[in-house]
Amino acid sequence: MDNTVIRIQDAVVSYREDVALQSVSLEVRKGEFIGVIGPNGAGKTTLLTVINGLGKLVQGQAVVLGLSVNGRNGIRLRRRIGYVAQVENIDPRLPISVRETVMVGCYGRLGLFRRPTRAQWEDVDKVLEMVGMAHLSRRPIGHLSGGEYQRAAIARALVQQPEIFLLDEPAASIDPQAQGEILSLIQLIHSEYHMTTLFVTHDLRQLPSICQRLVLMKGGQIWKEGSPESMLKEEILSRLYGAPVSIPAKSEVAF
Amino acid sequence: MQYQFMQNAILAALCGGVTCSIIGVFVVTMHLSFIGVCIAHAAFAGALLGVWLGFNPLVGALLFSLVSAAIIGPMADRGELNLDTSIGIVFSLMLGLAFLFMGMMPGSRTEALNLFWGSILTVSRGNLIFLALVTAIIVGLVFAFYKEIQAVICHRQVALAVGIPATLIFYGLLFSTGVTITASLRSIGGLLIYSLILNPAAAAYQLTYSLRRMLCIAVVFGVISCWAGLAASYFLDIPSGASIVITSSIIFGLATAFSPKRKLKRWQQAQLAG
Repeated sequence: MDNTVIRIQDAVVSYREDVALQSVSLEVRKGEFIGVIGPNGAGKTTLLTVINGLGKLVQGQAVVLGLSVNGRNGIRLRRRIGYVAQVENIDPRLPISVRETVMVGCYGRLGLFRRPTRAQWEDVDKVLEMVGMAHLSRRPIGHLSGGEYQRAAIARALVQQPEIFLLDEPAASIDPQAQGEILSLIQLIHSEYHMTTLFVTHDLRQLPSICQRLVLMKGGQIWKEGSPESMLKEEILSRLYGAPVSIPAKSEVAF
Repeated sequence: MQYQFMQNAILAALCGGVTCSIIGVFVVTMHLSFIGVCIAHAAFAGALLGVWLGFNPLVGALLFSLVSAAIIGPMADRGELNLDTSIGIVFSLMLGLAFLFMGMMPGSRTEALNLFWGSILTVSRGNLIFLALVTAIIVGLVFAFYKEIQAVICHRQVALAVGIPATLIFYGLLFSTGVTITASLRSIGGLLIYSLILNPAAAAYQLTYSLRRMLCIAVVFGVISCWAGLAASYFLDIPSGASIVITSSIIFGLATAFSPKRKLKRWQQAQLAG
């Protein structure tokens, strides 16, 4: 039985005259944990936006969760995909609490004209408990530290009950201790929920050890892919990043 | 109170206070305060075109404000220009058109100046019904789409990523701003209406971290501003639009002075310095 959940063929994405992704093909099987690495501007984030329908294909095609990715299917598709981006600057006065922010994850699936039920609020509380944020649930979202904000973002993606989990540099711009906690949480979630996960990072120290496959991107293309053992070699990585790279020792890795 | 014009004025103040404050909460939370200024000038330019060419000024105001909202959103979303720049371009165009239409207008410009300053004491029954209808629609839309609006104004990119029709809701908010400004143009005036949109909402923003409470507080401040301004206008014989705006500015000043969020700002500054 074909258990491919993401199939991208010859995808080309461009932003005006800049080609962000060129002739990218990728297949991802259900339950896989894939690490996507490469230097800044390699097209990693654009690849994620093709999967959740926010990136517009100029050429090629993408089928995700059985749906052809196009303008009509975008909203339906995104309801089934959890997305966690980098920590963003957020107004500390924003009138929304952590609990309400996490509930936003349910709103897509809930649809228009329907209010969250008591059971859904209980689900939100359970997920907040799981990510260790229950004690901060009533706090305004703008009052959280970077690490706490990412925990809330992960909780929001989880209450969405996604089939695919997209993580775009989730541990960037936060302190090393919080990075370690976030990465451990991501590994815990993957082992518990078995979601198909794509994890994007440019920093090798943030690459979770449970990665089953590594996709190396450079100049908007998939340059190489394979098992972490075959890809995490100094020679390959130095060519990928265009500078000498040493493989981080276990003690240097944040998780 | 027994005079028809006074009853109309009190009801217009109530409706204007409610709708402008609700719209204000959206633009203040999204940090798009300049949108109110821009759409107000667009509505004013459209109304002047109506006065000049002899058709209903409110039709011109509605058309221009909706067109400006329809230009601003996509311009910003395509990323060719940032939102401030696109609003600034539309704003300067509308200001230019307003001056052009006023310059081309033959004879007395009394009606044009009424649209500029607003005159809540002379609001007609027809205008009042239009304003009440717009108020009912805006309040109804907020109840119907509260959760989507909350997601879009607080976390627009997240709303998009979880499958909420965020772009549609965002454009809906821009159009609602246009319709609200058009409906309040006669009573508050094109020059002053954006103050009534911004001040009550900005005052409420200083006082709470809950969107529901912020909406309620802004509406109370908006209605108090309108009624107090109306009373000042009636008893002191001063322009109503100006008195409403000055009242709302005083409320904003007081809310800022007593804001619990100022303590947070001081705490953050201390953290940065440390």
